[in-house]
Amino acid sequence: MLQPYTDVENKKQEHAKPLLQVRNLKKYFPITSSLGRHVGDVKSVDGVDFDLYEQQTVGLVGESGCGKSTTGRAILRLTDPTEGEAIYNGRDIFKLKEKEFHKIRKDFQMVFQDPHSSLNPKKRIGEAIIEPMKIHQIGTKRDQMDRAMELLLKVGIRKDQFYRYPHEFSGGQRQRIGLARALAVNPKIVVCDEPVSALDVSIQSQVINLLKEIQENFQLTYLFISHDLSVVRHMADQICVMYLGKIVERAPTDELFGHPNHPYTRALLSAIPLPNPKIKNERIVIKGDVPSPIHPPSGCVFHTRCPFVMERCKQQVPSMKELTAGHYAACHLND
Amino acid sequence: MQESLLEVKNLKTSFSTESGVVTAVDGVTFTVHAGETLGVVGESGCGKSVTAESILQLLNERTTKYEGEINYKGKNILTLNKKQMQQIRGNEIAMIFQDAMTSLNPVFTIGDQITEAITAHMKMGRKEANKKAIDMLSLTGISSPEMRFHEYPYEISGGMRQRAMIAMALVCRPNLLIADEPTTALDVTIQAQILEVINNIKNELNMGIVMITHDLGVIAEVCTHVVVMYLGQVIEDADVESLFSNPAHPYTKGLLQCIPQIDGDRSRQLYTIEGIVPSLDNVPKGCRFSQRCPHSDAKCLNEPPLLEEINDKHKVRCWHYDKI
Repeated sequence: MLQPYTDVENKKQEHAKPLLQVRNLKKYFPITSSLGRHVGDVKSVDGVDFDLYEQQTVGLVGESGCGKSTTGRAILRLTDPTEGEAIYNGRDIFKLKEKEFHKIRKDFQMVFQDPHSSLNPKKRIGEAIIEPMKIHQIGTKRDQMDRAMELLLKVGIRKDQFYRYPHEFSGGQRQRIGLARALAVNPKIVVCDEPVSALDVSIQSQVINLLKEIQENFQLTYLFISHDLSVVRHMADQICVMYLGKIVERAPTDELFGHPNHPYTRALLSAIPLPNPKIKNERIVIKGDVPSPIHPPSGCVFHTRCPFVMERCKQQVPSMKELTAGHYAACHLND
Repeated sequence: MQESLLEVKNLKTSFSTESGVVTAVDGVTFTVHAGETLGVVGESGCGKSVTAESILQLLNERTTKYEGEINYKGKNILTLNKKQMQQIRGNEIAMIFQDAMTSLNPVFTIGDQITEAITAHMKMGRKEANKKAIDMLSLTGISSPEMRFHEYPYEISGGMRQRAMIAMALVCRPNLLIADEPTTALDVTIQAQILEVINNIKNELNMGIVMITHDLGVIAEVCTHVVVMYLGQVIEDADVESLFSNPAHPYTKGLLQCIPQIDGDRSRQLYTIEGIVPSLDNVPKGCRFSQRCPHSDAKCLNEPPLLEEINDKHKVRCWHYDKI
């Protein structure tokens, strides 16, 4: 199962080694009848493989309900995976006991989508940033305070706002505070779950630039989850396209946008409205809605909406094939 | 020149709040012709939705004050009484909203809600109304409309709910459609489907559309004319080609540069507009964008600019548009 794959996107990548290897990750949410009998599963994430490389960004894109957020939450063990492994520093973090995992939890942090609900409204923002340091017993009280102040400055919040409450800040500022909080314990991996989706475009670009800058300064590895392909393209070194719990295509960013292979990726790319009235996109319109993850279609999960569907797609599950170096896609058309 | 369908003239919408009067829309002017799609674009709090709701007078009547004129087919609808306005809402001017789940009534079936719109405005029997509703549903591209007709909003997907709401809005064949962020809550593939539906129906009914959105991509795709709003004012008004190829206002320029381009250079930093939108109870004295504008000078800080004409298709509210 565990086979490394090589990427040759840029020089940085050549000597990068995988920091986290996720293999065959599955997360099923059980459905029970009113009497508590197990009657089925919502197959939210259904066998996902990817590697996170040191100081790089992997983008996870897909539409609502494709399982991208669940994937992010599962590797932080915010939700317990049903199956699979995630190798970090030679150990499978899914198998660690709660106590052991707690010791390395500070290496994994998360930035959430909604800046309004991810901060405790009753806590001053300074305390909110100190809290994770308290939990992990990092430094003295004085150190914690100093570090929190320094972090606020780094993300562009004035020191004198340390004692303010979240409601006194705008959405963009709250997102900055959320980032400062994630940075407090010096993480290695930060899962950014739609960090700019709730923001206006002018604020969005400020936060994107900040995320990139922070990644350089703090030598972070990002898993960047978003539904917005142009944002992911700007952030990520490598992109995984998810559909109905499965990764259907995985490639270095420029390769994916230059030569999209899977019909779903192509449809997704062509569906983005471009801010240029002179270009009329040749659109691959895919019909209908995403099927329910309770009863995913047989064979290829995309076959119900695919414009190129063949008889074979309805029965056989396509396997991931390497097309060019580092570019993988799961589609029968490639045979 | 074609006669205008809707003419908003110097609209000013203000709310009385506990801390005084707040003017959310301050002197907005634009025109919509039949068969044309006007885009209204701006960030949150710029007054684009309040403008839309003012056209139909949907805001709380006790606390809201409208000034200016909204001329629909040459008649100022702000002067109409409640009953007359009721005749126009839904029948002549219809509206679709961002969130279909909260805009549909959860305890009635889709069919009930569409036929309600028909029977409210037209004399029509039950059977005939049902048939009309099903026809409309299939026009919006819903699969098996006869079945959906009897379903409740929670039973269908987000994209289908949006279609059902469009069917409800368009079933009386309105002349003007106001679409307030109709695709913002949807995924891109569904967004593409819905925009296509709206466009097809527009051509069929020769409607005018006011499309409110924050997404410049959607604007470029479906609109013929655009107004850009900032803090309650129109700061630029242009046909879609000039706006994208020749933006005049520094804010519009900034917005266009802010978006990560799908074919742009990935290694460069994204352009940013410094600062945040000021709050409405603390509006800058001069140009409203002056505090965030890289080109602002003493004049900008003190004197509010007017919406000036660059050419007959392009207007801008900036003191220095010709120099920057």
